[in-house]
Amino acid sequence: MDQFTLNLLVIGASFALYFGIAFWARAGSTAEFYAAGQGVPPVMNGMATAADWMSAASFISMAGLIAFGGYNNSVFLMGWTGGYVLLALLLAPYLRKFGKFTVPEFVGDRFYSTSARMVAVICLIVISVTYVIGQMVGVGVTFARFLEVSTTTGLLIGSAVVFAYAVFGGMKGITYTQVAQYVVLIIAYTIPAIFISLNLTGNFLPQLGLIGGYAPQGGEVSFLAKLDQVVTDLGFTAYTANTTNMLNMFLVTMSLMIGTAGLPHVIVRFFTVPKVSDARSSAGWALVFIALLYTVAPAVGSMARLNITTTFWPGAVAGETFSAPALSIAEIDSNPELAWIRNWEKTGLLAFSDKNGDGLIQYFNEPKALADAGKALAAAQKALTDAAADADKAPLEAAIVEATAARDAALAEATLGGKTLAEQGIVGNELTTVNNDIMVLANPEIAKLPGWVIALVAAGGLAAALSTAAGLLLAISSAISHDLIKGALRPDISEKGELLAARISMAFAIALATWLGLNPPGFAAQVVALAFGLAAATIFPVLMMGIGLAAATIFPVLMMGIFSTRVTKEGAIAGMIVGLIATSVYIFMYLGWFFIPGTNWLPNTPDAHWLGISPAGFGPVGALLNFAVAYVVSMMTKEPPRDVQELIQSIRVPKGAGKAVAH
Amino acid sequence: MADKTSSNAYWAANVRIIIISMIVWFACSFGLGILLRPALSGISVGGADLGFWFAQNGAIYVFLVLIFVYARVMNKVDKDHGVEE
Repeated sequence: MDQFTLNLLVIGASFALYFGIAFWARAGSTAEFYAAGQGVPPVMNGMATAADWMSAASFISMAGLIAFGGYNNSVFLMGWTGGYVLLALLLAPYLRKFGKFTVPEFVGDRFYSTSARMVAVICLIVISVTYVIGQMVGVGVTFARFLEVSTTTGLLIGSAVVFAYAVFGGMKGITYTQVAQYVVLIIAYTIPAIFISLNLTGNFLPQLGLIGGYAPQGGEVSFLAKLDQVVTDLGFTAYTANTTNMLNMFLVTMSLMIGTAGLPHVIVRFFTVPKVSDARSSAGWALVFIALLYTVAPAVGSMARLNITTTFWPGAVAGETFSAPALSIAEIDSNPELAWIRNWEKTGLLAFSDKNGDGLIQYFNEPKALADAGKALAAAQKALTDAAADADKAPLEAAIVEATAARDAALAEATLGGKTLAEQGIVGNELTTVNNDIMVLANPEIAKLPGWVIALVAAGGLAAALSTAAGLLLAISSAISHDLIKGALRPDISEKGELLAARISMAFAIALATWLGLNPPGFAAQVVALAFGLAAATIFPVLMMGIGLAAATIFPVLMMGIFSTRVTKEGAIAGMIVGLIATSVYIFMYLGWFFIPGTNWLPNTPDAHWLGISPAGFGPVGALLNFAVAYVVSMMTKEPPRDVQELIQSIRVPKGAGKAVAH
Repeated sequence: MADKTSSNAYWAANVRIIIISMIVWFACSFGLGILLRPALSGISVGGADLGFWFAQNGAIYVFLVLIFVYARVMNKVDKDHGVEE
């Protein structure tokens, strides 16, 4: 059986499972549609939350980000887990006690104002739509990759699958489907990790392998020291090195933490458990299941990186990096164990070119002077080819001679393994593309695992993308049907009518998300067209914006609503608006309006950033602005009425939490 | 609100526990993982230093323990103040 058939079988079986569950758990009432009837046991809710939370980006891209970013990208590991502490301590139990269905509903009741509720609806929709674009693009490329169809077809299949179970199942269907999706994705992630860890460190647990000894050299050298040595030999920054600015690392981590705690689709998960005490422990269970992937991710990333590097420099395995020549093209084509290189080359996630024609692929990090000189030379050559037939070619040819001289000077300057590149006849790095996503996608093949493991990774990637998209779409549709229609436009709508409205909103949200996934804003579109891969670079700025906005709007307003009795409706509204606008403007200023290239006011470089704060780290600043504005405005306005004060007192104590009321 | 004083005392106790937990939350991630990493670079953990390990793995374990301890402690505090469900 070939790999494609195997992929189809495993993916098909997983879909059949999801549809079966969704049919069994379909929603019959609004309480079931919005909050699964508050009957989800905490452990199961934790599992569903984990699947909801871990997207295609977590599953496919994160290990690669960590592999190449090393210590600096630990921000994702700490940031995307630390938020659950904030949820358990500061938000989840009180919101569960409140006992309604949506985040804007809490904002509306606590701040005794339909306007506040509508501002929260706007924030929620901006956050969730931003976030869902990344997921839909992820769904499209994941389907495309594994089903061998175009990205557009992939996206349409993905939308149809989500449609089939989310519209009918609501929160109840989505929750139980997510439990199954979690099981699929975690098995798919850990099996290759365990095998690789055994190979490289002799340790069964990847978490221990990360800090274990390097097995091919008898465990004398630690794995991390080996990795650091091999990558620095090739001119890369050491994996464990700290090269980022501390303020930014701090702020990005903080943004990810409070943003996670402020993401509406994560918060509503805690409305589904039976009791307040369950909301606390459910956050713990969610983190247990998330941690199973997140503590393995650095091991997957670092080990895959060492594997790829030593594949291209075979001498590095048992001894020195340069004790044997680089990998030859003849070897790639003749050794069946290296067939994955050609396979992944087809997808564009991996690319190499034998620039100096020696039949070997020399992989190293070009020093900046050489990289710049190489680019200048390529530009000069392109100018000559593009020149009109009757143009004066002499200055163009002179430019090429000059650029060649500059490059040769750089080659004479740069060294690899103690000798200059010029001496060794190397003209540049020949492994020209190594996409982050390779670290997870090609992992089973690199580790020589059987075909069904590869198919499982495919099903796992799809499970991660689908489960997150479904959760987000539910958050969007309940904001429309429950907050906008029932809460403001048609308060007298019947339960049956609202359930229908919820389903129509869900269908509408899926259509919108699909359209945005097919026509993503700005540069995301271009990069997706270029690279077949999930391309972390396309999705991350958009995801980071969603997180930053959640950090600057929803988290502060919820926290103030619970911990302060003095914050007024005027304060809350002003705070949310300031947080939303300040954060969006700061991000767009550097990344372009709606991420359209060329529309940015300032270059996205550390020197141009305000106080050195990167756009990804602005969330906490937006949150501080939100808190400050809300405080000042609240002090200037009349304190909240008595019944609101009593509401706050009542959500602070667990006693008396009942089923949510469909008022 | 049957008993205002007891629910105020309950809330004060809760806020105190939250503050202590937040200090632990901050210390294991921002503290050990980021701010104190240079100062603690002498302590090695399997091929790297303590700060590196906390940033990539350790902080997550502390978060886990922290949430379950908080949930347990609060269940007891709920009972002590008679506000459990």
